[in-house]
Amino acid sequence: MVGLGDRGLTMSSATRAIATDPALATPPASAGRARRSRVKWGPLLLLLPAIAVVTMFFLVPLVDVFIRSVTDPEPGLQNYEWLLTNPVNLEVLARTFLTSLIVTVVCLLVAYPYAYLMTIVGERARGWLTLFVMLPLWTSILVRTLAWMVLLADTGPINDFLEAIGVGRQPLIRTTFGVALGMAQVLLPFMVLPIYSALAKIDRRLLAASSSLGANGLTSFFKVYLPLSRPGIFAGSITVFILGLGFYIIPSLLGSPKEAMVSSLIYQQVSVFLLWGQGAALGIALLVVTIIILVVFNRFVRGASLAPGVEPE
Amino acid sequence: MTETGAQSVGAAEPGDRVSGDVSLDTRTIQQINEAGISLKGVTKRYGDKAVVDDIDLVIEPGEFMTLLGPSGSGKTTTLNMIAGFADVTEGLLHIHGKPVAKLPAHKRDIGMVFQNYALFPHMTVEENVAYPLQRRKMPKAEQRKRIAESLQMVRLAEYGGRYPAELSGGQQQRAALARALVYNPRVLLMDEPLGALDKKLREWLQMEIKRIHQEVGSTFVYVTHDQEEALSLSDRIAVFNNGKIEQVGTGVELYEHPDTLFVGRFLGESSVLRAPSSTATVRDGNTTLAVGDHHVTVPGERRGVESLAVLVRPENLSLELPGYVPASSTENALPVTVKTATYLGVGWRYDVVLFDGTSGIVRTPNDATRFGPGDQAIVTWDVRHGVLLEDLGEGDESTT
Ligand SMILES: Nc1ncnc2c1ncn2[C@@H]1O[C@H](COP(=O)(O)OP(=O)(O)O)[C@@H](O)[C@H]1O
Ligand SMILES: [Mg+2]
Repeated sequence: MVGLGDRGLTMSSATRAIATDPALATPPASAGRARRSRVKWGPLLLLLPAIAVVTMFFLVPLVDVFIRSVTDPEPGLQNYEWLLTNPVNLEVLARTFLTSLIVTVVCLLVAYPYAYLMTIVGERARGWLTLFVMLPLWTSILVRTLAWMVLLADTGPINDFLEAIGVGRQPLIRTTFGVALGMAQVLLPFMVLPIYSALAKIDRRLLAASSSLGANGLTSFFKVYLPLSRPGIFAGSITVFILGLGFYIIPSLLGSPKEAMVSSLIYQQVSVFLLWGQGAALGIALLVVTIIILVVFNRFVRGASLAPGVEPE
Repeated sequence: MTETGAQSVGAAEPGDRVSGDVSLDTRTIQQINEAGISLKGVTKRYGDKAVVDDIDLVIEPGEFMTLLGPSGSGKTTTLNMIAGFADVTEGLLHIHGKPVAKLPAHKRDIGMVFQNYALFPHMTVEENVAYPLQRRKMPKAEQRKRIAESLQMVRLAEYGGRYPAELSGGQQQRAALARALVYNPRVLLMDEPLGALDKKLREWLQMEIKRIHQEVGSTFVYVTHDQEEALSLSDRIAVFNNGKIEQVGTGVELYEHPDTLFVGRFLGESSVLRAPSSTATVRDGNTTLAVGDHHVTVPGERRGVESLAVLVRPENLSLELPGYVPASSTENALPVTVKTATYLGVGWRYDVVLFDGTSGIVRTPNDATRFGPGDQAIVTWDVRHGVLLEDLGEGDESTT
């Protein structure tokens, strides 16, 4: 079990790397255009190690996966045919995106007020708030998920409490809710930090200006503060959403097979059925859909973001 | 019910106990009701420290009032209290007869221009200017007309579609001005609006602001630490020092008849002679002070003061050759050494030192006798041009 889990982890972190890379490359892309003319070639040598690592551990395996998807067990598109015709596959893919979307929304609702609080408190309190939000990241994912299993169990403390106050025991574990809860906790820092950095950049005198111009607090928030925090919301949402797509351990432990996400499916194809081609096709499909979402999202963000020239660095 | 409610909010009445249990007499109430902005005993404390300390200021409707003072003297805090960004700790604050101390900023109908412009970066100039009109739910057609007019007024008609980041500093400042004026607020507040601009642009925008003030006729309250700016813009100036107002008056009043040494030294250049009041003798309404072996006469007298100071403006001083004897007793004369001589085009400026180390500044026309560094000379001035003030010691030192 542990051995198999290890392989699953490797797969899922590979998917994560695929997914994360374009997201991280997004913000500098617009700034890079202006700077390109001034590029000196010498400093680019500093990129060599990174290029080597990316090529060896990311591009090569990716190409390998793609080749397997069209050659294993024999050349042809039969793996993709299987992918598109087997309803379970599409269902799992759809569920993966839906779960990730729920997690993103939950993270956003929790992170925005949290990040706002970080901007208004003093230096010390901000340090503590940052620490709290980072804490889950520094805890082993297994330990954390096992803790959730205990908490959410049908006989766990939360259900004991619900029973005690007369609500009665609720299905928590092995539900999409439980999965989303566990994932949101891990992913929260990826939402809080970009939002915080966007909020910290907002000049508070703009709110004073808004108020002097006749806007009450609520209007000022929706007309001035929220639009200016949009870059942080987008950056955080993209990161959380894409990281969420690759989750494997949490859906396996907190969900039932009914909550399985695409990573589990890939793992199953490869490790249980030894159908490398089908697993690879699933991986490629996830990657392609993710890239499409990114491109659409990115265009949307660029179109509706800040005024030209004031794009966040 | 609504009628009386509106009335009691709309005007101060005898016996009003607003804060600090101040009871008002009829005259004060009349003053408050007629003023554009009225501050009575206004205090702002942060912790124990009163950063604005019991100030009284009456600004007439349509007046251009400048709050002038060194950095940290409480100008911004005062402006922020008028705007509603800072609470009034104590005292009465009325705008057009209406008590506003408890009114949030967005209900005060004031315009505000910030030093950093505070334009909304995600909106075009036009959208920025439309913002206050939208808050007031003005019909679209009327909005468009007003926006066009106010952009015209600040000469930005061509720039409506630009984002603030695409404008120069001066253009941003004018856009901020258009946004603050487009809804015709009766009061416009400006906090060092030109502070970040270079000198040429600043001088041009000063003229623009002055023109706009005449055009719109609103009450302008302008904060600056630049005395030249204050002099060239204002109807009246309130000089701040250490959270208190030292004097309120026109530029001429403050320059020619400062009440305090601080005010005299803060506005323009000056030479100051100090002497203990024990050496003073009063005759015919003039005070004569001993400065070493010499005597200096000033109009007026000050009693109950430990130390006295005489302030004279550089343009009222002349330099004569050694051996010069005053023609009459209406002229003061003191021997000095010339330290530096600077040609200004319109004349010469001399920095001189008295035998006791006191330094002075003399400005002479081009046809006056010339001196060079190290020359001995006699500095003279008409008795009428001296201003007798109380010398408070170190506290009144300021930048000149
Ligand atoms: N929020 C605040 N808390 C504590 N002290 C303040 C605050 N705002 C201003 N001060 C203090 O009040 C004094 C006056 O400040 P300010 O009104 O900004 O002066 P000015 O605008 O004349 O330069 C300064 O000493 C400043 O440090
Ligand atoms: Mg200030």
